[in-house]
Amino acid sequence: MTVADRPAPPAAKAAAPAADAFLARARALTVDGPAWFAARRAEALARFAARGFPTLRDEDWKYTSLARLAATPWAPPDRAPPRAEVAARVQRSRLHLAGGLVLVFVDGRYAPDLSVVPPQLAGVLFGSLADALRNAPSHLEPHLARIAAGGDRPFADLSTAGFDDGVLLHATPGTCVPVPVEVLHVTTRPGTASFPRTLVVAESGSRVTVVEHHVALTDAPYVSMPVVEVAVAQHAAVEHVLWQEEADTAFHVATVAAHQARDSRFSSCVLTLGGALARTDVDVTLDGEGAEATLHGLNLVFGARHADQHTRLDHARPHGTSRQLYKSILDGTAVGVFNGKVIVRPGAQKTDAQQAQHNLLLSPGATADTKPELEIYADDVKCAHGATVGRLDDDKLFYLRSRGLPEAAARDLLLRAFARDVTDRIQIEAVRVRLDRWMTERMPALAGREDRT
Amino acid sequence: MLEIRGLHARVVGKEILKGVDLTVRAGEVHAIMGPNGSGKSTLAGVLAGRETFDVTAGTVTFDGKDLLPLSPEERAWAGVFLGFQYPVEIPGVTNATFLRAAINARRKQRGEAELDAVDFLKLVKQQMRLLQMDETFLHRSLNEGFSGGEKKRNEILQMALLSPRLAVLDETDSGLDIDALRVVAGGVNALRGPDRAIVLVTHYQRLLDYVKPDHVHVLSAGRIVRSGGPELAKELEAKGYGWLAGPAAKPAATKA
Ligand SMILES: Nc1ncnc2c1ncn2[C@@H]1O[C@H](COP(=O)(O)OP(=O)(O)O)[C@@H](O)[C@H]1O
Ligand SMILES: [Mg+2]
Repeated sequence: MTVADRPAPPAAKAAAPAADAFLARARALTVDGPAWFAARRAEALARFAARGFPTLRDEDWKYTSLARLAATPWAPPDRAPPRAEVAARVQRSRLHLAGGLVLVFVDGRYAPDLSVVPPQLAGVLFGSLADALRNAPSHLEPHLARIAAGGDRPFADLSTAGFDDGVLLHATPGTCVPVPVEVLHVTTRPGTASFPRTLVVAESGSRVTVVEHHVALTDAPYVSMPVVEVAVAQHAAVEHVLWQEEADTAFHVATVAAHQARDSRFSSCVLTLGGALARTDVDVTLDGEGAEATLHGLNLVFGARHADQHTRLDHARPHGTSRQLYKSILDGTAVGVFNGKVIVRPGAQKTDAQQAQHNLLLSPGATADTKPELEIYADDVKCAHGATVGRLDDDKLFYLRSRGLPEAAARDLLLRAFARDVTDRIQIEAVRVRLDRWMTERMPALAGREDRT
Repeated sequence: MLEIRGLHARVVGKEILKGVDLTVRAGEVHAIMGPNGSGKSTLAGVLAGRETFDVTAGTVTFDGKDLLPLSPEERAWAGVFLGFQYPVEIPGVTNATFLRAAINARRKQRGEAELDAVDFLKLVKQQMRLLQMDETFLHRSLNEGFSGGEKKRNEILQMALLSPRLAVLDETDSGLDIDALRVVAGGVNALRGPDRAIVLVTHYQRLLDYVKPDHVHVLSAGRIVRSGGPELAKELEAKGYGWLAGPAAKPAATKA
């Protein structure tokens, strides 16, 4: 029996303490913003209340169980000011890019005292989304809760219904933001849920790079549900890096949604390094001729963790180009899921879409499920996809070891080699260096003995 | 230096080596010839510690120590080098990264300081010049897209950088044009010395014109069926292996 044959799950909303907690929390929120936003928030709330959490019976969630997430009555983070150690964590996590803007959020709330605002930032409006909603919301209206809306998006709805604050980054026409903007989210409170929210508006001809980095100061479970909306106007270019180093016990359910106008470029990189359960949906609409999207990601998953990457590329106009490359290294009893949907709309001729997803299994207990989904309604298009699931090659290992590389070093080299064509695509050297260091520190566990199961 | 006694080895249950005896002394160059499928690469792989080969009987000692329990890397540290018949392509690992890792693994094992990037490049570029290799090879993925001859030169480069005590070169000469063969032979001759030994697995007399062997052996159906001096190679070149094969062929004592 296929999933579609099954009757709709009548019990989808039953027994979900998390849903109850979120709904109660969202209902208690006072909306300090324009009427259009209050309306969107109310609609999102109603949709989630009616729908509830997805279950394994939902096609988009059939490999990823949210049962544990849904069974916990997550609390809102308290409003206590950040502790001193948060500042230290921020110092350690920052990329320290000269002249760069750093916006720090602690438990979902903007922390201006921990943020760094360089004196020279012409043409960029930035700051707290909550403040922006109170002050000058007209330029938010076309985008906020619009780009990540429509279709079945329970987590975007939850975020829209319940986010406290977020980032607004607005590059005015022609502005080139020379240094990547860092958005650093620090979770400090176990047992809590936060809704980091980001809106990037890149007006025509502007260029901006945003590194959104998620870290934690707790080892105990929490849930973070970031939603990023990116509006890329014509001839604009946006690069977004979602770099998550959540606690190994955490739940991380992220949505990155981009809307691209004519001749725009959007690039997304998702680095999934943490989280007991990590799910990321990257959802891009090429809604103008000649738009280009480059999506890549690396999942490094070990222990009993679960990482699920979904992408949805909607080629709505002609002459669009998309490139997707996602790789997962899976160890222990880790599970890696990939689902990449490419839609080519009628009339989106000369679309050139390529998708590749590769998995490296390091242990017999690790599994990978990978599935491309093409829906093509135009005839003059190039669409290619490929997926592989493999193990470390014994011939390669032997070759390296025969030259005197210890087994662990040989494995390490091969793991890095596997990841390389993704990591090479990361434009920001500081991120590459940090990722490399992360691998050095964590790879022995990946490649070696202790942390395998 | 190397003593092989009564070596039997299997691959996926099939017996390939059926009692190989071979003695290689320091300073010597041995050539192992023989028809395709006779077990030459298997023997080379067993010496380097390839785990897919199952040693079922016999002994191998290197400098008086039992070689068989050692891992491939431990054998490399002890000074064993295998030049692969089919060097493995490893996309994503640059030749430079690999060569430096190999050199430094060895140095670390000996308690020497690791080479920094500058010293490494100096060393490797000097060797590459000797082997007439273009420096761009350093920045390409290991063996990926290399021609047959380039891969073999790269094997010799590795050998030169690691300066092993025992080099087993498995058909390093095949697929080389005459200029490349000279260069490779030059690399092999440069390694020769009183403390070192070289085992050349080859099909052709050609290489032996440039690297003069002290002893020539014929491996056939998993045994050494004939041993002799350089003239044996010439004889094989003229007559082929047919005259050695068959039940009449006696395993020759490898008096080295
Ligand atoms: N990995 C392997 N799996 C199965 N058979 C193998 C493998 N390696 C070698 N053999 C077999 O072992 C025999 C000897 O092979 P090999 O040692 O490569 O011979 P040579 O190098 O003398 O040509 C051949 O019959 C070959 O098919
Ligand atoms: Mg062979």
